[in-house]
Order: sequence, then structure tokens, then C-alpha cells
Amino acid sequence: MITIDAAGMHYKELNRLIREGIEKGIRKFFLENVNGQYYIGDGIKGDDVVININGIPGNDLGAFMDGPTLIANNNVQDNVGNTMNAGKILIKGDAGDVVGYGMRGGKIYILGNAGYRVGIHMKGYNEQLPIIIIGGKVGSFFAEYMAGGIIVLLGLNDSDEFDSEYFASGMHGGTIYLRKKIDFSKYSKDVELYEADENDMNFLKKYLIDYTDSFNISSEEITAKPFYKIVPSSARPYAHLYTSA
Amino acid sequence: MFRIKNKFNAERDISGCGLCGIINAKKVKTNGGDIKRAISVEHDRGNGLGGGFAVYGNYPDYAELYAFHIMYDNLPAKADVEEYLKNNFIIEKEEPIPTFRTSKIYDHPYLHRYFIKPKSDRPDKLFHELGDDDFVVNSVMLINQNYDGAYVFSSGKNMGAFKGVGYPEDIADFYKLEEIEGYMWTAHNRFPTNTPGWWGGAHPFTLLDWSIVHNGEISSYGINKRYLEMYKYNLALRTDTEVITYILDLLIRKHKLPVRLALTVLASPFYQKIDKMDDDKKELFTALRQIYGSALLNGPFAIVFGYSNGMVAMNDRIKLRPLVAAAMGDFTYVASEEAAIRAVCPSPDIVWSPKAGEPVIVEFEEKNIPQKGGLISL
Repeated sequence: MITIDAAGMHYKELNRLIREGIEKGIRKFFLENVNGQYYIGDGIKGDDVVININGIPGNDLGAFMDGPTLIANNNVQDNVGNTMNAGKILIKGDAGDVVGYGMRGGKIYILGNAGYRVGIHMKGYNEQLPIIIIGGKVGSFFAEYMAGGIIVLLGLNDSDEFDSEYFASGMHGGTIYLRKKIDFSKYSKDVELYEADENDMNFLKKYLIDYTDSFNISSEEITAKPFYKIVPSSARPYAHLYTSA
Repeated sequence: MFRIKNKFNAERDISGCGLCGIINAKKVKTNGGDIKRAISVEHDRGNGLGGGFAVYGNYPDYAELYAFHIMYDNLPAKADVEEYLKNNFIIEKEEPIPTFRTSKIYDHPYLHRYFIKPKSDRPDKLFHELGDDDFVVNSVMLINQNYDGAYVFSSGKNMGAFKGVGYPEDIADFYKLEEIEGYMWTAHNRFPTNTPGWWGGAHPFTLLDWSIVHNGEISSYGINKRYLEMYKYNLALRTDTEVITYILDLLIRKHKLPVRLALTVLASPFYQKIDKMDDDKKELFTALRQIYGSALLNGPFAIVFGYSNGMVAMNDRIKLRPLVAAAMGDFTYVASEEAAIRAVCPSPDIVWSPKAGEPVIVEFEEKNIPQKGGLISL
């Protein structure tokens, strides 16, 4: 275990200390006074590595990460989990824009809200199944061009407000689960809305419980309500953009 | 030569950047230390080729006079410009802008400031009857276009721009901003991508009391430029940020649009959104789009816009550049990154992300509440 005081430290130095620590066999990191340092946990490996972050981590938190767990105790900035491959990022506050861009594995759990372009171009392949669960609400361009994986939008706070635009436009793979029914005709022509069935709920439950356990919140309220499921209507929504069918 | 004007062969200049703004709605003043600390957190958003600040409330003793900040490449240019100023303005005071050469900023143009007001019997009165503001705008355009080696980079009342080539925290030290006090500050860290850095090209861009710091690129530059040229604005710098400053001057000062409406011209709602509005609003927004189509800004941007009554922070219509806001008592903070705000205000009352195209407006007033980027009610 190691505690690093990141006050005034440049991201290069902070990330060097983390990488060298992992190489030396340290498995638990406590980062204090983080404020805006970019690239924390980028590309690091090690399923048993846990990095606890106090303060506001900078952009690209956990980009390309491949196994470890990052716990952000406050808000985070943009591009969390960019192209992340494996591991887990827990965010106890709000997340900025472009969460999980091109993400291809691992989990991002957000207790608060997330910004614009969550899960844009997220993808899955065989056993690789990226998962994003958002407790609050999201901005526009949610799941744009989504190609695989799972995104769950719980809408726990401000649950009446769902005013993002360009919802799931160009989505052609993966599944979105919503805890709130929305007037879907307003949002996207590329996807279809269903009520989640028992199979869906059984599948979802283990992730929801993992989510609530991670944040120490009650799972009953969350799993009680029926969920809605959004899937793409086509694997190639733009196949005939320029040609006739 | 310190490159105070754009002599580069580039149609326009685009850049990625960082920005910050701090305003106290009750006009309580702070020195430049806070804004310097905030923007220095965004150090890596720039590359040392441009940093700058605008401050409001810094010249209370000369609040009724236009404060001209001018950069000179050479002393003959200074003599020529001063000749023009003497013929047309009453110069109450003039002095070098106080600077402190640091190891980072040691190479700079000659920087001078003048507190002036247009003469009532100035020569141009023979031809037309211009108001003082209009005459000042004409003079700024004239100097920037016709006086080689001179560039007016600030011309407002009780406000000033301080900028140059360097990282913003070094520019802050160079201009000794910790000794300057103001109730509103904006800052910019520049990462020019299409041209080298040059002194005049640093942000903020100002004209009269308007100041703009900008992160992004305006792809509608060509249309906006031609539109402004019809109204005799001279776009000497060929940068997209200059365009925003002049559009706001045109819409708000000349055409007397309320600030809110002017902003909906810059980031107009899409027609599909206008179609869903009530009839009154639909008519208004359709009219604005039709009349001011050429003033619409296309492309990704986040701007912080300062004026004598307050500050506006705004994104493009689909939020392609970052912008975060926070409030703590009478202070409102905006920045490209939350960490910049936390550096000077560790525990704000609220932190929020403004929605695309919906401005955060804070005006100086007694009971001021920052508007949380909600739907504009007209």
C-alpha cells in the first residue's frame, strides 16, 4: 500500500509513481489532493491493483486500462475509460463528457450524472462485454454509434428530466437498459424499445447488485421497477444511405 | 519584430485551448492571483504560444476614459500612432504598461497604455457625427489596419486585456497581475494549430468593453467575415475569435439586441427544435435565423464573453468543447476543466455542466442568481 500526495504534481510524475509502484508489486494506491492530473491509470495492467483517488482526476482517467480498479471519490472530468479494455472504474460523483468512448471491456459505474456522448462507439466481442451503469441522467448523443456492450441508465435523481437529444443515433449493436419509460418516437429511428423480460432481468440483476454493492446503496429500490430495453433495429443502419435497398 | 499582427499566410487560425472566468456579481474585487492559479491547472491545454487575461474594474480612477493598450514593434510606429491619438483624443494619462521581465517572458513588443477620450472638435466631425464609441471603434480599426507595427489590443473603459506569447501563468507574472484588482476576470491558454504564436493573436480579443476568450474553431469564419465587412469591421487578424467579438459588438451595441437574443444568434437552435416551439417563439427564432443567418457560428466552440454588465459562458450547439461552471456565494466560475475551478474554490455550492448552446449569464446586480443554463424564457 502506498499513499501519494498529488498536490501540485504534474501528471507525468504521478503516473510514473503509479507505474513504478505496480512494477514493484504494490497493489493498493491512495492518491490524495488530485486536481486535474490527466491520464491516471492509463494502460495499466493487474486485476488486483486498486487505486483510490481523492480530488478531481483530469481527463482520460483509466484510458486503455486493462484490469485494475479505480475508485474516484469525487467528480471526474472528460473521457473516462477511453478505449478501456478491462477493469473497473467507480465514480462517486458526476462524470464529464465522452464516458467510455470506444470502450471494449470492463465496467464503469457512475453514481451521479454523466455528460454528453456517453458510450459513444462502445463495442463488444465474444466474451468482451463492456458495461456502463449511470445512476443519474445523461446528456445528448447518448450511445451514439454504439456497437456492443451494455449501458444501463437508472435515472435515480431528477428522474423526471430526460431531455437529451440524439439518443442512440446510429446504434447498431449492444443493449441499453432504462429504468424509466420514455416516449421513444422522439429519440431515434435506429432503435427499438421493449419491456425487459425475465431473462433480461436475470442477466441485469448481477450487474445491478454489483453496482449497488460498489456504492453501498440499497439494491431493492433499483431492481424493483420494471426496466425497458433498447436494441438496434439493424446491425447496419446506414447500409443503404447512398444506395437503394 | 514581435509578430503583433498576422503576417502569416493562413486563411484563418484555429486552435485548441483552455479557458477560465471568474465573476463576482456584487463587484467585490480580487487580484489576479486566483485566475492565474485556475488557468495554470489547464497548463497542458496550451503550448506556450499564447496566454492572456481580461480584467474588469481595474481602472476605477479613469473609469470614464477609454483605456487603450497598444503593442508596438518599433518606436517610429509609436510616434505615428501617438500623432493620431493627439489629433483626435484628449490624452489624460499615458504610460508604459507595467511589466516584469521573467526568465519565461523576456522578449516582447513595446507595451504602452493611454487613458483617453475623443475630442469634441476632432477632424472627422467635418464629415459625420459619430458617437464616442463608434469613433473609438473606427480608430481601433484604422490603427490596426493602417499603422504598421502597431496594434491596439484593448480599448474599453475600466477594463483591460493583458496578453502575449507564453503560457498564461508566465504572462500573468509578466504583467504583474497579482497587483491588479478586478471584479471579473477571464483567462486563456492557447494551443494554436495552424499558425505560429504571435502577440496580437493571443486571447482575449477585445473591442470597447467586449472581450472574448475562445476554445474551438469557427468553421463559418468566411461567411461571418464577409458579413462583418459589410458593416466596416476590419478583420485584421484573420482569426476566428476576432469574428466573435465583432459579431457581438454589431448585434448588441449597434443593433441593440438584448444579450440573450444575441447569443441565440451565435448558437441558434436547430430548425427541428424551432419547429417544436410555441408560435410566438417560433416566429422570433425563425426571424433571427433569417436575418442573422450570416452571424451564426458553426463549428466547435466554448467561449467566455465579458462585457461591462457581466459575463457569459457558452458552448456550440452540440457541445463539442468542454465547459464547466460552479457558483460559491456571489462568485461564479467557469472553466474548461472542473479542476481549474477547484484550484481556487475547493468546495463550491454547486457545480454543473452547461448544456449545449445554452448560455450561463451572470450580470452585476444586487440580487443576482447565476442562470443555470436553462431554457431561455423570453
